[in-house]
Amino acid sequence: MLVYALKRTFVAFLILIVVSGLTFSLSHLSTDPALTIGGENASDEDIEAIRILYGFDRPVYEQYFSWLGRALQGDFGESYHYKAPVVEMISGRIGTTMTLGVAAILFALIVSIPLGTVAAMRPNSLIDRFALLIAVLGQALPTFWFALMMIIVFGVWWRWLPISGNTTWAHFVMPTIALGYYATPALMRLTRAGMIEVLASDYIRTARAKGLSPTSILFKHALRNAIIPVVALAAVWFGFMLGGSIVIETIFNLKGIGWLSYDALLRSDLPVVQAIVLIFASFYVVLTLSADLLNAYLDPRISVR
Amino acid sequence: MSGDNILEVQNLKVDIPVTAGMLHPVRGVSFTVARGETLCIVGESGCGKSLTSLALMGLLPKTAIRTADRMDFLGQDIRDFKERRMAALRGVKMAMIFQEPMTSLNPAYTIGNQLMEVYRRHISKNGSEARARAIFLLEKVGISAAASRLSQYPHQLSGGLRQRVMIAMSLMCGPDLIIADEPTTALDVTIQAQILHLLAELQDEFEMGMILITHDLGVVARVADQVQVMYAGTTVEEGPCQAVFDNPLHPYTAGLLRCIPVPGKAKRGSKLGSVPGIVPNLVGDLQGCMFRNRCAHASSICETLSGEPTRIDDGHAFTCRLTPEEAAKTAAVQGVA
Repeated sequence: MLVYALKRTFVAFLILIVVSGLTFSLSHLSTDPALTIGGENASDEDIEAIRILYGFDRPVYEQYFSWLGRALQGDFGESYHYKAPVVEMISGRIGTTMTLGVAAILFALIVSIPLGTVAAMRPNSLIDRFALLIAVLGQALPTFWFALMMIIVFGVWWRWLPISGNTTWAHFVMPTIALGYYATPALMRLTRAGMIEVLASDYIRTARAKGLSPTSILFKHALRNAIIPVVALAAVWFGFMLGGSIVIETIFNLKGIGWLSYDALLRSDLPVVQAIVLIFASFYVVLTLSADLLNAYLDPRISVR
Repeated sequence: MSGDNILEVQNLKVDIPVTAGMLHPVRGVSFTVARGETLCIVGESGCGKSLTSLALMGLLPKTAIRTADRMDFLGQDIRDFKERRMAALRGVKMAMIFQEPMTSLNPAYTIGNQLMEVYRRHISKNGSEARARAIFLLEKVGISAAASRLSQYPHQLSGGLRQRVMIAMSLMCGPDLIIADEPTTALDVTIQAQILHLLAELQDEFEMGMILITHDLGVVARVADQVQVMYAGTTVEEGPCQAVFDNPLHPYTAGLLRCIPVPGKAKRGSKLGSVPGIVPNLVGDLQGCMFRNRCAHASSICETLSGEPTRIDDGHAFTCRLTPEEAAKTAAVQGVA
C-alpha cells in the first residue's frame, strides 16, 4: 500500500509538471500578449516596448522557467487588465468557489448513493422508477433553466432564500442544489449498477449464508465494493465543480473562480488564465490521487495490480 | 424415523415464475440426514441439486416459491420461518460451503475479519474469543501460521486455501448441519482429495450431518453414507451408498456409473460410457418420467408414470417403470458394454 501510494504520488507530480508546461505554451502560442496589452491604438514602438517590459522577447523556455519558478513561490504575476497581483484576485474568490464545490459534491453524494442503493435493492420497483425519473430529469434539464426555476419559486414567489450574493450560508443553498443536481444522475446510476452487480455476487450469498444482519450485509459487505467506481467518478465531478461553475456563479452572482476565469479569457488576461488552469489542474491531480488511494484502501487488491 | 435425524424433508418443491410460464426446477424431493451422516445429492447441471440446498438454507432468489410437506430441522418446522428466524439458524445451526472459493469471500476484508464476524454475530461479541476460535479452526483445516493468516486478504491465498478458509468459516459456530455445494469442483484434482478428506474428518470429529452436493460419483463413492440421485428436479434413485453403487437400478444411475473409469475393468482403447441427450426443459406442466427421452428402456408407460418410487430393501428405492429384477438386469448389461 505504501509503495503504491508513493508510486501514484510520483506519477501525479509528473503530470503536474507536464500540465504546467502545456498551460504555459498553449496560452503563449494562441495569441501575442503584447498586442492584447497594448490595445487597438498602440503603435509598433509601443508594442515593442511592452514586449521588452514583460520579457516576451526572451526565448519561450526561459519565460516558462521564470514563470514556473515564481509560481512555485506563490507569485503568479500581475493581471494585464486589472494591474493587480493574480494571487490576490484568486485568493479573494477561491473561498466562494470551494464552498460551492464542496457543498455541491456533498449534496450530490448524499442524494445519489442512498437513492442508487435503494433502487438497486428493489430493481423496477416504484422507488427505482422514481430514482430513474430524478436521473433523467437531472440529465435533461439544463442547469441554467433549473437554477432560474428555483430562483422564481423559492426566491421570488415564496421568498425563502436569497437569490444573489455569497454573504450567508443561505446564499449557497440554491447554487449548491443546482450544481449538485447536475452530478447526481451519473453518480446515482453508477451506484445502482455497482450495487446490483455486487448484491448478486457470491460473497454476498456467503454473507447471507452466515446469517448476518441485513444492515451488515448491505453496508459492510455490499456498499464498500459497490462504491469503488463511484469514488473515481465523484473525484472527477468534484474537480469539474470546483472549476466549472461559471454558469451557476453568473446566475447567482457569486463572484468565484469560474466567473473570474471567464472574464480573464475574454480579456486574454494570460497570467490570470494560466494561474487558474494550473490551480485547477493541481486540484484534479490531487483529487484523482486521493480517489486512487481511497479505492486502494477500500479494495486491497488494487494496490497489487 | 429415528430420533437421530437432524433434518427431515418431504416433498420439497421449488417453483420459479419465468416469462415462458412456471419453472419447476425441484419437483418433490424427500430425504433425511442423521447426525454424523453424509448424504450425497448427485446429478448433472440443472437437475435442481443446488436449488435444493439453497431452499434448505432459505437462500432462494426472491421470486422462487418453496413448498414442502415437511421440513423439520432439529425438531423445528422451518417451513414458515421468516427471514429473521432463518438468519438466526444460518451460520450457527446450518452452515454452507460454496462451489466458488475464488469469489465466495469478500475481497475487501481480511479473512480474520470474515471468520470472526460470524462468531461475533451469533455466539459472543468477545473479540479475543472469536479470534481464538478462528485460529483454532484455521489450524484444524490445515492452514499453517494460522494467527498471521488472519490479517491476509482473500486474494493473497490460493483456491485450495480459500476453500479451507470457507470450511473453517462454516465451522465457526459449531453447526449441526453442513451443506457443501460442489466444494471441490473448482479445485485441482490433488486439492480435491485433500478437501474431501478434511471434510469427512471434521464431520466425524464434530459429529455433524452433512449434505454434499456433487456431480462427481468418485467423490460420492469416497464419502457418502446415503446417496440421492437427482434428475430433472426429482429423485430417481436413493439408498445407502454401497447398495446404489453395487446395484444401480435406475437406468440414469447405471448410465452415470458407466461414465467412471474403473481400474482393471475399463479396457484400454474402449470408449467410456456417456449418457446421451440433454436435460429436458422444466417449464410448464410436467408429466411422467423426465428421463424417458434419453432412456434406452423407455416405453409408452413412461409418459404417464407417477413419481412413486419402487422400494426394495433397506432404504434403497428407485423411480422407474421397470421392476427391480428387470432394472438390475438392464443395469448389468449396460455395465459390461
